[in-house]
Amino acid sequence: MTTNAATTTPLLEISNLTVHLAGGGDNPKPVLDGIDLTLAPGESLGLVGESGSGKSMTVRAVSRLLPNGASLDGAIRFDGRDVAAMSAAALREYRDTGVGMIFQDPRAHINPTRRIGAFLTEALVRNRAVPRRTARDRAAAVLAEVGIDDPDRRLRQYPHELSGGMLQRVMIASVLLAEPRLILADEPTTALDVTIQAEVVGILDRLRRERGLGMVFITHDLDLALAVCGRVAVMYAGRIVEFREADDLHRRAAHPYTLGLLGSRPSIDARAERLNAIPGRPRSAFEAGPGCAFADRCAHVRTVCHEVRPELEPFDDGLVRCHRVAEITRQEATV
Amino acid sequence: MNTPTVEPVAVVTDVAVARPSRIARLRSSLGPAGTAAAIFLIVVLLIAIAAPLIAPYDPDAQSLLSAFAGPSGAHLLGTDDLGRDILSRLVYGSRTSLLGPALVVAVALLVGIPLALIAAWYGGAVDAIVARIFDLVYALPGLLLAVLAVALFGPGLMPAVVALSIAYIPFLARIVRAAARQQRVSPYVDALAVQGFGVTRIMVRHILRNIGPVVLGQAAIAFGYALLDLASLSFLGLAVQAPTADWGVMVSDSNALMQGYWLPVLAPGVLIVLCVLSLTVLGARISGERPQPYLRMRRATRARVGTGAHSSTTPTGATP
Repeated sequence: MTTNAATTTPLLEISNLTVHLAGGGDNPKPVLDGIDLTLAPGESLGLVGESGSGKSMTVRAVSRLLPNGASLDGAIRFDGRDVAAMSAAALREYRDTGVGMIFQDPRAHINPTRRIGAFLTEALVRNRAVPRRTARDRAAAVLAEVGIDDPDRRLRQYPHELSGGMLQRVMIASVLLAEPRLILADEPTTALDVTIQAEVVGILDRLRRERGLGMVFITHDLDLALAVCGRVAVMYAGRIVEFREADDLHRRAAHPYTLGLLGSRPSIDARAERLNAIPGRPRSAFEAGPGCAFADRCAHVRTVCHEVRPELEPFDDGLVRCHRVAEITRQEATV
Repeated sequence: MNTPTVEPVAVVTDVAVARPSRIARLRSSLGPAGTAAAIFLIVVLLIAIAAPLIAPYDPDAQSLLSAFAGPSGAHLLGTDDLGRDILSRLVYGSRTSLLGPALVVAVALLVGIPLALIAAWYGGAVDAIVARIFDLVYALPGLLLAVLAVALFGPGLMPAVVALSIAYIPFLARIVRAAARQQRVSPYVDALAVQGFGVTRIMVRHILRNIGPVVLGQAAIAFGYALLDLASLSFLGLAVQAPTADWGVMVSDSNALMQGYWLPVLAPGVLIVLCVLSLTVLGARISGERPQPYLRMRRATRARVGTGAHSSTTPTGATP
């Protein structure tokens, strides 16, 4: 894909990942359908798409946090090691030093009965045998780095004494303290208001670059993804429908779904009476027919779209999963 | 915000200092009844520990000449049919009376908590099996099991304690399992797993810790019940045996003589009742039950009607 990924061994390599959840009935429900991704060390990759498109499920699979009864096909390789085949001890080590996860709702994802200091230092003291005092000093230093005033006092406080934005910084600090090689950020700023959001993303992006950490960044916000990520994968119904450089996506988006997403955003430059919407409602992976998952919402749909499943194929420096992408772009160009 | 003034810092430290002391916080969370119960139980515990220092006489020393003496300067609560000092026997009796239930609760917790946590963590078939075993044991009456144990191994404190321990496992473990299941599905548990912590650490250091009050409260209530059960068994002559000072034994010993001479029966009986009551009140308070919701509601309603506002629902004494 990129020259970067070709020359170095990828940090993360997901090939043909398919996940089924144990449904209520006999047949398991597919939630991910043939995901292929690679991430070079230090690279930042965005996953965008609607709710239920499989973004979170992808990173949960990477950290092996799938719900009970989920079955996984395909391979997830971290630094060449098969994540699905790891033993309990190897998994703990991988989760400790390999991946760090930033969750959407920090208040729910931090044990509410323990102090911030305990939350931040527990992993260091327990998993890395760092002396308690050293761990505390390091925690205070990282808290200062993520822009928290008076870190020593914060370390003594409980999560309920901190605001949401503050707590999300604490969670980012906890991931930075562990210094994993890959950060999985699952909508880290959705629970924050817009000004705090910009600040928190800024901090995360800067510190990630400084430390050279890889990141998979999940968001609903296409512009946010374009700002912090090198490459962006657009997901729909458990499949990747388009994959390209973030800088390119605005100008060269080719998949009808990506075009729909781009077209539905309000613009600060142009006044719009009415925002364009994609007709229909989002589909889940288990609702997809044999053909293209986006077929019944697509303006360019033909019979083939309903019947034959399109593959993710190179197009215009990116990858696009669409039968008619060449025709569509030619049309648009001539219009 | 940007101007470096001293005042905000001063305000912040004030708030930190104004946090009430540990004891004050404990008192307010236990409430008046809970605090009284806790104090009573601490006193009883101290008496049990310091029995030799407190008891005026040897609890087993007989003096047939001074049998059936009423309360006097020499014998504050009088003597029983064998002339033994009742106060001394009560003091020493607190030891066996508290030791038995303590063992029962300890064993039940040691066996029950790991089983309950494992069931809650793994769910599915493991949980179903463990939970059904709990239900099965729960269906066995503890006293009956104890009587069976005594029939097999002979009377004594240990067979009764072992039998009751088994019977009390589900009483504690069912609560632990239910509370732990709730914690298990909390997002913070997933977050801890991703930080690289093992199952045991998450279960013990996080889940068990968070449900600690519930476990402790239920353990206190179980302690009260076990005390009552063991006293009953001792009363029946199945647990603690006659010469030993024990509240249950004392009630039983003097039972036949009760007519016209009630103190030797009433004194241990009252202690049993007070201990069980205190443990129940304390247990309920620790696990977060609010006492007298009916009275609270009435008071709140009255306040609302009186002022015509929802003033009663706003917390008082909160710092702005």
